[in-house]
Amino acid sequence: MELKANAPDGPLEKKWEKHKFDMKLVNPANKRKYKVIVVGSGLAGGAAAASMAELGYQVECFCYQDSPRRAHSIAAQGGINGAKNYHNDGDSVLRLFYDTIKGGDFRAREANVYRLAEVSNNIIDQCVAQGVPFAREYGGLLDNRSFGGALVSRTFYARGQTGQQLLLGAYQALERQIGLGTIKMHTRSEMLEVIIIDGVAKGIVVRDMVTGQVQSYMGDAVVLATGGYGNVMYLATYAKGCNASAIWRAYKKGAAFANPCYTQIHPTCIPVTGDHQSKLTLMSESLRNDGRIWVPKKKEDCKKPVDQIPEEDRDYYLERKYPTYGNLAPRDVSSRAAKQVCDEGRGVGETGLGVYLDFEAATKRLGAHKIEEKYGNLFEMYDRITGEDPYKVPMRIYPATHYTMGGLWVDYNLMSTVPGLFVLGEANFSDHGANRLGASALMQGLADGYFVAPYTVGNYLAGLKPGSCPTADHPEAKAAEAEVSGRVSRLLGINGKETPTYFHRELGKILWEYCGMARNDAGLKKALQLLPELRQRFWEDVKVPGSGADLNQSLELAGRVADFLELGELMCRDALERRESCGGHFREEWQSPEGEAVRDDENFCHVAAWEYTGDNSAPNRHTEELKFENVHLATRSYK
Amino acid sequence: MSEKHINLTLYVWRQKNAQDEGGFVTYEAKHVSTEMSFLEMLDVVNEGLIRKGEEPIAMDHDCREGICGQCGVVINGRPHGPRERTTTCQLHMRSFEDGDTITIEPFRATAFPVIKDLIVDRGAFDRIIAAGGFISAPTGSAPDGNAIPVKKTCADLAMDAAACIGCGACVAACPNASAMLFVSAKISQLALLPQGQPERYSRVKDMVAQMDDEEFGTCTNHGECEAACPKAVSLENIARMNRDFIWSSLTYRPESGGSGGA
Ligand SMILES: Cc1cc2nc3c(=O)[nH]c(=O)nc-3n(C[C@H](O)[C@H](O)[C@H](O)COP(=O)(O)OP(=O)(O)OC[C@H]3O[C@@H](n4cnc5c(N)ncnc54)[C@H](O)[C@@H]3O)c2cc1C
Ligand code: SF4
Ligand code: FES
Repeated sequence: MELKANAPDGPLEKKWEKHKFDMKLVNPANKRKYKVIVVGSGLAGGAAAASMAELGYQVECFCYQDSPRRAHSIAAQGGINGAKNYHNDGDSVLRLFYDTIKGGDFRAREANVYRLAEVSNNIIDQCVAQGVPFAREYGGLLDNRSFGGALVSRTFYARGQTGQQLLLGAYQALERQIGLGTIKMHTRSEMLEVIIIDGVAKGIVVRDMVTGQVQSYMGDAVVLATGGYGNVMYLATYAKGCNASAIWRAYKKGAAFANPCYTQIHPTCIPVTGDHQSKLTLMSESLRNDGRIWVPKKKEDCKKPVDQIPEEDRDYYLERKYPTYGNLAPRDVSSRAAKQVCDEGRGVGETGLGVYLDFEAATKRLGAHKIEEKYGNLFEMYDRITGEDPYKVPMRIYPATHYTMGGLWVDYNLMSTVPGLFVLGEANFSDHGANRLGASALMQGLADGYFVAPYTVGNYLAGLKPGSCPTADHPEAKAAEAEVSGRVSRLLGINGKETPTYFHRELGKILWEYCGMARNDAGLKKALQLLPELRQRFWEDVKVPGSGADLNQSLELAGRVADFLELGELMCRDALERRESCGGHFREEWQSPEGEAVRDDENFCHVAAWEYTGDNSAPNRHTEELKFENVHLATRSYK
Repeated sequence: MSEKHINLTLYVWRQKNAQDEGGFVTYEAKHVSTEMSFLEMLDVVNEGLIRKGEEPIAMDHDCREGICGQCGVVINGRPHGPRERTTTCQLHMRSFEDGDTITIEPFRATAFPVIKDLIVDRGAFDRIIAAGGFISAPTGSAPDGNAIPVKKTCADLAMDAAACIGCGACVAACPNASAMLFVSAKISQLALLPQGQPERYSRVKDMVAQMDDEEFGTCTNHGECEAACPKAVSLENIARMNRDFIWSSLTYRPESGGSGGA
């Protein structure tokens, strides 16, 4: 397997322009003769489907929810970055590029990241034109806020519902095309297999989640925009239905999986309350603009009411350790710092796994009214979930799995190692290296969907004969359908004793323990021994009631858990092989005396991409060297 | 908050599929933690059913944080349950007392046929948006973001309307099963913004026509929709939409090659 990044040569700031010029164009009269399959209707998929339909291609789009408007992107709260420099505070495309490379701990591809920063401004313009109600200043111009890992104010937002508003913008563009008949939308449809003909992606197999019907859909190109795989951890800030099945099936059909161990643990989530916990809720990072994070200095103060802990007995540990960035230190750094103080026994709340996020100082400075205007909906959400009023007592927060930087390997064109199979948004590995900065995922999803894929997929299609797409009775399509039906019957036939959720929860415990915020050799080896055992138990003892020819939520879940069980193993394998600490991947063996991550640029300045070789053989690890021609590889410091 | 444990009796609507008649089935939910969410309580009941080899109660949900709009059931006669401005997934068991009986049904409306148990088909909402709930701004055609200043109050009001999550509780709450609150929220949002002006009157006409085709009832000003809405979408939006609708009927001239959808 060869990992050819295909980044154009020439100066960084000219690469994308040059590439756009070099790419082939499809004759407008022929565009409607090409069919593009888009799996996913989140920011990446929704934007790509709408934009490609606007260009004239025939598009079929799929999502598992009952409406494309409900994709998980809807839940993003805080904002989206753009290098507009509307605040005259020194921002530029170059600075956004640099911050993203540095934020990713120098483990991303320069050319991709520069392009992302470059199109960030077009995204803001596009969304404004669609009617996204971004926050405004009194003069009517766009407002910005700051986010972790940056010293400029470049984050555009729509209250605490930025993802919702951006997604509705993309959704409305998508629905407009559906109304015009250029997109056929399939809701409540789960993609469970890729169809590969002569080494090239030509379609997908989908299970209709209402009727259970398994069917092939063929296309000249297949675009996966199916989101991240963080639900592998069971407890995460993801929507319950988020899954890895689409990318996992593609991996098993030859698409390399890059950096699976790079997961992001977000520092500000509502802590776990008990075994019944089904998901974790994020409290937007934007809260760190005004909230101060602290724990008591003394263990014995941890159970005391907050008003009995005097100021001098509080440890504002982020401000203490990272005076420059303070409470806005990047996510990986902040999460580890929270874990550290809790491990020292200074955590708060029932379980001791929590730290305070306190708005007292900000309320005094700005007034309660301003705090309500800025964060009202987040405070309300916190109150609903915990039954506590954050205007009166500080919030309690703890880190939780939130984002996956890893994903299917793609080249500069966002094409995977399988020709014709493109991967967009969180599902690919491309732009965030080992750690993603806040407000950059929305940016990447929309960059991929609106401004990159429409060009690069077009370039790919231009090399195909119009109307040459095979039909669904092709033997490879039938074989892929048989695989899906076979898996469905197998799951229904086990008739064991435990629920799919039980196995999912067990998987999550193993991964959180051994492949979570801190990892080490012994723990990862232990996980690699536990996971195959759990997987075996799953296939012997899972119980899936009901039938396959019906709406069957246990069956859907069991299928996803089966894939997560395999993916979990690959994550641990990748974490074990990456003998360095970088970004979200913290190996305890590689840390400085102060407990900061220590990278090994000599041996690990590369992307690791895994090739599937069979269920009973170890996958192959391939590498793509990362060359930094424009930035200087530095130790990431936020002090 | 201090955790308590309570016992509950649930009357849950079970219906195999769209053709099945359906009916209530009683379940006991024992030792329910008040820290659980309503859906987590149902998860526990469902896990018990699966272990017994029975089919779990089918229900829609996804984000479980009140933003995707996928969840939604009628709890003791109220869409999304007893707590104001709270989706089903955000409702927590501390809103209930030990010994309570809870009736759980799907959203009911002709335009929202039941698919299974508590799951309904809200595809009609998507078709209404496809008919005109957008601004035609193809990718790449936009001017600089700050070239279109928007008065802060307009942006704020637009955002209030745009907060709609498309859950359908307004329809379920309305005695006429009208979709006016949902439709007016999108019409208002776009009509309040300068970007939305060119298509303002064709939009209202097209969306209302599609709404009428989908077998939603008419609005007779009960206001139940606003009370049930988890996102506090205001009745003012209906007034705004009605004004625009009347204006559009008075002034509408068909254009050749319009920009709209279906
Ligand atoms: C709570 C929360 C808050 C966040 N806040 C921010 C923020 O403020 N700023 C920021 O930049 N980022 C934020 N993020 C991250 C960001 O929201 C996501 O990374 C991004 O939205 C992912 O978009 P996507 O289009 O790649 O995937 P998604 O939005 O996850 O969409 C995936 C799509 O694929 C479909 N799909 C998945 N699997 C299948 C399958 N097997 N078959 C068929 N369809 C399938 C789904 O139906 C869906 O339509 C946040 C994330 C979370 C969890
Ligand atoms: S108006 Fe309110 S109740 Fe109706 S769909 Fe929107 S959010 Fe739900
Ligand atoms: S599950 Fe998303 S709003 Fe309730």
